[in-house]
Amino acid sequence: MKKQVLSSVLCATMAAALLAGCGSTSTGSAAATSAAAAATSQAAAAATSAAAAATSAAAAATSAAAAASGSTIKVGFAQVGHESDWRTASTNSVQSALSKDNGFDLEFVDCDNDSAAQLQAVRQFIQDQVDYIVIDPIVSTGWDTVLGEAQDAGIPVVVIDRTIDDSDKYTAWVGSEFTNEGLAAGAWLKEYTEAKGIKDVNVLVISGTTGSSAQLGRSKGFDQYVTSEGWNKLDEQTGDFTQDGGQQVMESYCKSYQGKFNVVVCQNDNEAFGAEQAMDAAGVSYGVDGDVILISFDACTAGLTDVLAGKINADFQCNPLQGPDCAKIIKSLAAGQTVEKQTFMAEPWYVHDSDLTSITYTNNAGQSVTEDLVPVTQDIVDADY
Amino acid sequence: MKNIQKITRMKLFFPLFCLLLVLLINVVKDPGFFQISVKNGVLYGRLIDVLNRGSEVAILAVGQTLVVAVSAGTDISVGSVMSLSACFTTMLLAGYGVNTTTTIVMPMALGLLAGILMGGLCGAFNGALVSKLRIQPMVATLILFTAARAIGLLLCNNQITYIRYEPYKYLGNFIPGCPIPTPIFVTIVVIVIIMLVLKKSALGTFIQSVGINSRAARLLGINSDFLCFLCYVICGLCAGVAGMIASSRIYCADSNNIGLNYEMDAILAVALGGNSLAGGRFNMAGSIIGAYTIQAITTTLLAMGVSTDQAPVVKAIIVILIVVVQSPVFKSWVETKKNRRRAEIKEAV
Repeated sequence: MKKQVLSSVLCATMAAALLAGCGSTSTGSAAATSAAAAATSQAAAAATSAAAAATSAAAAATSAAAAASGSTIKVGFAQVGHESDWRTASTNSVQSALSKDNGFDLEFVDCDNDSAAQLQAVRQFIQDQVDYIVIDPIVSTGWDTVLGEAQDAGIPVVVIDRTIDDSDKYTAWVGSEFTNEGLAAGAWLKEYTEAKGIKDVNVLVISGTTGSSAQLGRSKGFDQYVTSEGWNKLDEQTGDFTQDGGQQVMESYCKSYQGKFNVVVCQNDNEAFGAEQAMDAAGVSYGVDGDVILISFDACTAGLTDVLAGKINADFQCNPLQGPDCAKIIKSLAAGQTVEKQTFMAEPWYVHDSDLTSITYTNNAGQSVTEDLVPVTQDIVDADY
Repeated sequence: MKNIQKITRMKLFFPLFCLLLVLLINVVKDPGFFQISVKNGVLYGRLIDVLNRGSEVAILAVGQTLVVAVSAGTDISVGSVMSLSACFTTMLLAGYGVNTTTTIVMPMALGLLAGILMGGLCGAFNGALVSKLRIQPMVATLILFTAARAIGLLLCNNQITYIRYEPYKYLGNFIPGCPIPTPIFVTIVVIVIIMLVLKKSALGTFIQSVGINSRAARLLGINSDFLCFLCYVICGLCAGVAGMIASSRIYCADSNNIGLNYEMDAILAVALGGNSLAGGRFNMAGSIIGAYTIQAITTTLLAMGVSTDQAPVVKAIIVILIVVVQSPVFKSWVETKKNRRRAEIKEAV
């Protein structure tokens, strides 16, 4: 008896965890309440609610299968997970661009940052005979076999955001050029300091998760300017793309380099928020009217709000809205057209003051480009992701 | 000589020794570490950072010590529970589905209390599994370890919920006009309450006796199951409080990152405090010192500019050293060595 109760509780909680894990695909509030109930109430209640949830999930699966037999384009999307606002924006963008109204039937899998689960999801798509597969690869390697399987099955693969390095068996890639983001930040800082007459540039960098493509690209791009302009980069430590991480590193910087720095580069907005708090506590003034120039990347709504308020001097967007481009590529493929192998997202550079209107730099592809700087207004903040 | 021996035999000697050792590195490396000044009307310095940043782990360590003592197992869900509590509070304060807000929809105190109680509820769930169903603590708490974060994410509608309401930042930062970081006060309050309960009532003794032999304790008339349950609830409440601090620090609930790996730090704090993970006798003060030792290591590494990626490696080496020095095998090895040498000296004489 005891064993049975035990196993039923375990099953119930596992079901609850499962339910919670794929929460983004189901309706949020209903799942939230049933998952919370399953996890916290007594064994019996938990077992029933989890069982009910399981049946409803099964029902949903059958209805999805029934709907698939139309003239719509069937697409499978294996997303990384749901670790940040940025990712949520990316998911929402793809989901709304590949919606039923637009003639798509989207099968969405949130892979929870588990690369094995992602491979499994892609294989499942192949078995389900979807028309197209969209992947945001969690890791950049180990894809050759499964992409080969997709190729054999005649299913074109569109890769978004992150890259696949060890295989070229995909049809197209849509994403950001992180190195250009870093280069643009460097170019902006060069122009800005020259305009303001700042001679000594002492930079502190709070980098993103080490080894992530965003960190590598942004550091690489910015460091080119550090070398060419002879700036003094005092230190670079990682804040892991989190607010708490950024705050802790900045707290330490404020003590180690007291009064010795005038530029802080945070590789995403969350780190910048943390750095702001740490500088507030240490009495360091930053932003447009302050002693320290604060540069950030991502440009999410909250980040742009800070740019508007003059707390962040410049914010370099990393555009998460790959959905429309993705839909366009699939539509072109369906019409039998050829598509570009690489599509870079349009990424505006946001600034607070309109003194500088554009920057010129040599981008990662070796071309000299001149790009506009966008002064942030309330309308831009409202329209942001 | 006798006095020295007396000191080294004290229960708190090793935890304190380790903490001082870590601080000593800083004396050699950079005495500026110990500078405390008043800046911007608040205390400012790395030692303050240690006390401030160590708060969460210290509070978790208090609960974890009781759990280890009573059930000879660890609660590995505390980090996730912190995250769930934080998400629950921000959801209540901001309203479901709201991404960022400057006004709150319910009194802040009520929201914070609800978050702490959510921690208690999680503790009760763990406690029921361990004490009533006799599931191994590691397995029982593994459930919430995986599920709590995901539930929190659902509560926040898959987003990071920002509470840009000034007083919400007080708990994790500073109350205007007060020079000491608030988390230090919270930690003191938690420690004082637990210490009073343990010392003034027989609870501490009861917990130890259950931990040493729960069947014998029951035969003596102690309700072992209830005590075990109670310890998990306290541990959950502690996780709730820690979650509130962590959330207030960044005025949001980042369900993926709040309390990440804190369960390991909490368990480590208990071990560094000289407590046996096999349960029974426990030393609360040791655990708390252990928690601050861990934070001192982190802050030291940050101060030295060790890249935050390599920091865990250095941290691991220090921890291995500390744990080895504290292990009974090592202690007895030192003891035999000493005795042998004494015997040699005697023979020589």
